[in-house]
Amino acid sequence: MGEWTPTIFEKSRPGRRGTTVPRPDVPVRPLEELIPSRHLRATSPRLPEVPEHEVVRHYTEISLKNHHVDRALYPLGSCTMKYNPKVNEQMARLSGFAGLHPFAPAEAAQGALGLMHELGELLCEVAGMDSISLQPAAGAQGELTGVLLMRAYHRGRGDERRRRVLIPDSAHGTNPATVALAGFEVVELRSNEAGRLDLDSLRSALDADVAGLMLTNPNTLGVFESEILEISELVHRSGGLMYMDGANLNALMGIARPGDMGYDIVHLNLHKTFSTPHGGGGPGAGPVAVKARLAPFLPVPGVKTEGGSYALDWDRPESIGKIHGFYGNFGVLVRAYTYLRMLGCDGVRETAEAAVLNNAYLSARLEERFPLPYGRGMHESVYSGAALKKKTGVKTLDVAKRLLDYGFHAPTIYFPLIVAEALMTEPTETETREELDRYADALLAIADEAEHDPELVTGAPHATPVTRLDEGRAGRRLDVRWSFDNDA
Amino acid sequence: MSYVPHSDVDRRAMLAAIGVSSVRELFSDIPAAIVRDGPLDLPEALSEWEAIRLVAGHASRNPELACFAGGGIYDHHVPAAADHLIRRSEFYTAYTPYQPEVSQGTLQAIYEFQTMICELTGMDVANASMYDGATATAEAVLMAISATRRRQVVLAGHLHPYYRRVITTYTQGLDIELRMAGAGREGLVEPAGLAEVGRETACIVVQSPNFLGLIEEVEPLADRAHEAGALLVCVVADPVSLALIRSPGEQGADIAAGEGQPFGNTPSFGGPVVGLFAAREKFIRKMPGRIVGGTEDTEGRRGYVLTLQTREQQIRRGKATSNICTNQGLNALAATIHLALIGREGLRQVAETSAQHAHYAASRIAELDGYELLHPGSPFVREFAVRTPGDPQAIVRRGLERGLLAGVSLSRFPGIGAPNGLLLAFTEKRTLEEIDLLIDVLRRG
Repeated sequence: MGEWTPTIFEKSRPGRRGTTVPRPDVPVRPLEELIPSRHLRATSPRLPEVPEHEVVRHYTEISLKNHHVDRALYPLGSCTMKYNPKVNEQMARLSGFAGLHPFAPAEAAQGALGLMHELGELLCEVAGMDSISLQPAAGAQGELTGVLLMRAYHRGRGDERRRRVLIPDSAHGTNPATVALAGFEVVELRSNEAGRLDLDSLRSALDADVAGLMLTNPNTLGVFESEILEISELVHRSGGLMYMDGANLNALMGIARPGDMGYDIVHLNLHKTFSTPHGGGGPGAGPVAVKARLAPFLPVPGVKTEGGSYALDWDRPESIGKIHGFYGNFGVLVRAYTYLRMLGCDGVRETAEAAVLNNAYLSARLEERFPLPYGRGMHESVYSGAALKKKTGVKTLDVAKRLLDYGFHAPTIYFPLIVAEALMTEPTETETREELDRYADALLAIADEAEHDPELVTGAPHATPVTRLDEGRAGRRLDVRWSFDNDA
Repeated sequence: MSYVPHSDVDRRAMLAAIGVSSVRELFSDIPAAIVRDGPLDLPEALSEWEAIRLVAGHASRNPELACFAGGGIYDHHVPAAADHLIRRSEFYTAYTPYQPEVSQGTLQAIYEFQTMICELTGMDVANASMYDGATATAEAVLMAISATRRRQVVLAGHLHPYYRRVITTYTQGLDIELRMAGAGREGLVEPAGLAEVGRETACIVVQSPNFLGLIEEVEPLADRAHEAGALLVCVVADPVSLALIRSPGEQGADIAAGEGQPFGNTPSFGGPVVGLFAAREKFIRKMPGRIVGGTEDTEGRRGYVLTLQTREQQIRRGKATSNICTNQGLNALAATIHLALIGREGLRQVAETSAQHAHYAASRIAELDGYELLHPGSPFVREFAVRTPGDPQAIVRRGLERGLLAGVSLSRFPGIGAPNGLLLAFTEKRTLEEIDLLIDVLRRG
């Protein structure tokens, strides 16, 4: 059991310092002469006053309460928690990148612009697309970019009727949230018994009001939409566009390309497929790749090359506009570029193959006790804890919490919504067979525990820094910042 | 090389356990017509050393410069301990804290981040971060629209031109009217220019210090907004200024949105940085993004969880307050640790040293032939614009030859109407020698 760690504010003592600051290197004038006193702040922000060593201890201590990929399997479905190569971190911190100001003129940013240009070409090849914007900072922002591209494309053809975007019922929550943000109406489509998009449901929804279809592939069940060519044709025939949420591209890299499936737009999650770390919630990067007919609408600026040098390209009169304050999460792009160049053409394919192999192996180990209502997925499978719950009263939530005691992170649970007591599990390609076995053994042991000692599971976790937390209380009695009330 | 761990022996054993004879069988759901029979047209794999040599070659083509550019990204020193701590695997290889029992490190750090952002901005509540200052501002506009159920937005004065563009992008599909209220001769918002603020107005958006570095009179704008039943969104693109000047909260803002890059994050060509978002408590249920709250575990011990998640896309889907999911968590952590290291007094010193450097340079530049401050009567903290005798882009180019990034040419931004303007920013890292060099570059025009 972990000890409670006070906040950094409670460790503060007036007059202590964690770092020093250079004195002005110029003749100094009183502050009031520089800035009119009516603008000056009367009290300074109550930032902590803590010596460096204590700051290091504080954040080291709380860090130890985290599960992380460098500790053990982190099987969150559709999150692709693969190993984050250390060399990528080193590359992003090179001073020529880290110190580069976004307003540096192009001649002083050739290395950055050249890297972006080349990364764009590599990603277009992986996606089977013609053109790309590296600007979106995350998957959801890539989605917004993509849906705004649909809007711009249709309007560019003088078609302003298309107000609806189709989304399957298995989709990630960002899909409908994005569609609403872009000003479209969401139409939800059913999945069939195989976990795939129901073609009849698609046919009856398609009409002249539909701007396009957003379809993750493999979908959030991990199942490949094997009728994808028919789906693309139906959508295109009705004048709509095909958007792929690229969250699950890790299953396909080097084997099949969204562009060859009929997709017009795809966003790629560099923090999933391309190994850049999740950072406890971000930063990510969500580049959007498109077919040529959508290229004129991509965000500004792009990166262009002329005469052997590179420049930002602001000359896109039909562009949807700027989506990020500058040019995107450049440091993340450096990591993904390093990764892709190391993988090379063979490594890309091997990665997808191993991601699918690992998931199939794990599924074979688990499916007897944890059934797969829609079958084994490609890079991820969605197991159901419904039978276990019926038999023992132990819910998926309990199984997930008990996994934490075994030293693993839990899978994504209760998603997608169409599987009862869902455990959405994605092992990724970087896990060894032994680690997969360890995880499978843990889950099977928990299933045994559920039968013989259910309270051990329903009371879990026991071995974590804290036990189950009262989320209801957090919502009712809001405590979202330190109050300083108890300070002397 | 790839990061696949399997030997051929492993692969065979795994295939046998699955009951298939080849890996390709596992891909049989993909129609043959779209399965590639050859490799992608990608370069050959590189060893780690080859990759380092390649990527470092790219980096070396970006010269290291003494930076006098700002415009929302500032060249401050990041303490070694901050970068050291965010490199801990426990932080940077963790996911979003969806399982709080094994994510208390990330959650507690976010709680501390929220507290620091509230302290800096003078607001009641803050979220766990947005992508950057521009998108935080766009989300603030959307929140004001949702909170007031009005559809007109007034963008006042010298708002960062890129922030303005991002707001335009974010709102293009919604039925929202963006009105521009230009700056007056002094470079500041003129209250007279706000005549159109009325019963349709959801919010006034004002940046202070504004894009030209000038400190706005925010309080009268807040009053003007509130008289009309609208909100005031105060944008802070330079958060170091908050150590010296009155906060958005003190001046009546309802939402503070901005950029946190100078805390813990290098310029990095503009990303990844960290968007700040804070508001009055009554708006908390309208806020975008993740929020961490304190609670107790079953043993009565304090702990942290993601709270008010019914605002978010994973629960509310099409009716969420925002579509944001992945944010800038590690950048927010860097900011938190930097602020903890530098502390109350240290941040004031960084701001004051930066301001001393800027004001000294301003007085030297004003003495140069052909140069004048663009808005000599208006107060600034550590960034200001000058009118140059020649093409400012040519001056910036000549600065490169001397190892300087001699500011941002305002000719890049036609909307500002200062084609001969040069925007200069100063930090605690600049020295007298570098400032002398800058003066020399400017003198030679």
